[in-house]
Amino acid sequence: MKTYYIKTPITKEQLSPLKKGDKVLISGTIYTARDAAHKRIIEALDNNTQLPFDLENQIIYYCGPTPARDGLPIGSAGPTTSTRMDKYTPALLERGVKILIGKGHRSQEVCDSLSKNNAYYMIAVGGAGAFYANSVVSSELVAWPDLGAEAVYKLEVKNFLCFVG
Amino acid sequence: MREIDLKYVQQKVKEAFIEANYNLNPDVRNALKQAFQNETEQKAKEVLQALIENYQIAEQGVFPLCQDTGVAVIFCELGQQISFINGSLNQCLQDAVKQAYQEGYLRKSMVDFPLYERINTKDNCPAIIHYELKDGSDLKITVMPKGGGSENMSKLAMLKPADGEQGVIDLVLSHIKEIAGNPCPPIIVGIGIGGNFESCALLAKKSLLTEIDHINDDPILAQLEDKLFKLINETGIGPMGLGGKSTCLKVSIKTLPCHIASLPVAINVECHAHRYKTILI
Repeated sequence: MKTYYIKTPITKEQLSPLKKGDKVLISGTIYTARDAAHKRIIEALDNNTQLPFDLENQIIYYCGPTPARDGLPIGSAGPTTSTRMDKYTPALLERGVKILIGKGHRSQEVCDSLSKNNAYYMIAVGGAGAFYANSVVSSELVAWPDLGAEAVYKLEVKNFLCFVG
Repeated sequence: MREIDLKYVQQKVKEAFIEANYNLNPDVRNALKQAFQNETEQKAKEVLQALIENYQIAEQGVFPLCQDTGVAVIFCELGQQISFINGSLNQCLQDAVKQAYQEGYLRKSMVDFPLYERINTKDNCPAIIHYELKDGSDLKITVMPKGGGSENMSKLAMLKPADGEQGVIDLVLSHIKEIAGNPCPPIIVGIGIGGNFESCALLAKKSLLTEIDHINDDPILAQLEDKLFKLINETGIGPMGLGGKSTCLKVSIKTLPCHIASLPVAINVECHAHRYKTILI
């Protein structure tokens, strides 16, 4: 197990040495999106409507945080089970998403799409919501506030722990 | 008759839900520390270290243990000699959940119209309440915020009586291997054997409400729990499915009598953020 530091914007050079099981500490911008947000992203893509954020070269984090207390950027913010997003994932990878962060395993279709698009799936520590809250420096709501915890947030993170899946 | 004020019950249940979401029970903490010591692989150790740090951060009361603060499950053992004042028990429990999830900065994770619109109810209600009528005048309430990720990895099977013990072992092991890292291992496995379709599932959930170091009162079931515990940990799935010795922290089994034709088996999977609190009123 090697340790790598990734800083956004992601470059090819940062991704190419990564091997399954390596430890990765991510700093920079990541976007939260889970079930309901994925459904809306796909609907927007299908209808050719403009997305409220760019997918190209981005990191998607499967997360629905708890409400933030006053003065804090976020509440607990650990990963959710990735396999529920499998159905939607290849379309996002085709649009240039480079890193997905979640927990658990992925479908064969997602694995194939990852290698085809030179993208990576990272496993974060599930159930460690309080631990990850401390990695979030700031958060900004970027889309679909009606989804509550499932809305899309742009997070600035520092040394966010995950492992190459 | 013993009179119980529901305003008091509501306050206690609200506090229990908040407490459960921020303060991991000592038996689970010890099990995680034990697992950390047992692991030799660096990756597994790192994950377990994060989980230990996680409950230490959560106990400070700012961030809940997990962002999935769960479906609010309530087990209510109700003595027949109780008369309630100031409202209805059912409404009191629902209101307690509503208040806890609001005041405790907990995530509201319930949606209505599950197959179509999936609209968030915005207060984490309705809670799922299981009542059990008892003799006497005690009111015992267990609150259990149950995460969706691990709940999704649960299973119910109607085995044939001829499948016997080996059938149960095969079912549990193949299921745990299939779900692998999805339910946030190290997991806790609650198993119900017997009853019928619906009582078996509930029994599996009740099995989860067993302290980690408790040994089953029935020596044959204790042996089976031990056997399953070892086999599950030998799968090598490990913390978060990244490999290691700690795939489960506990296997707990409860049984009920069943029909001559049946052998129902339910597996309720719980993540390491195993949250429940019991209050006696």
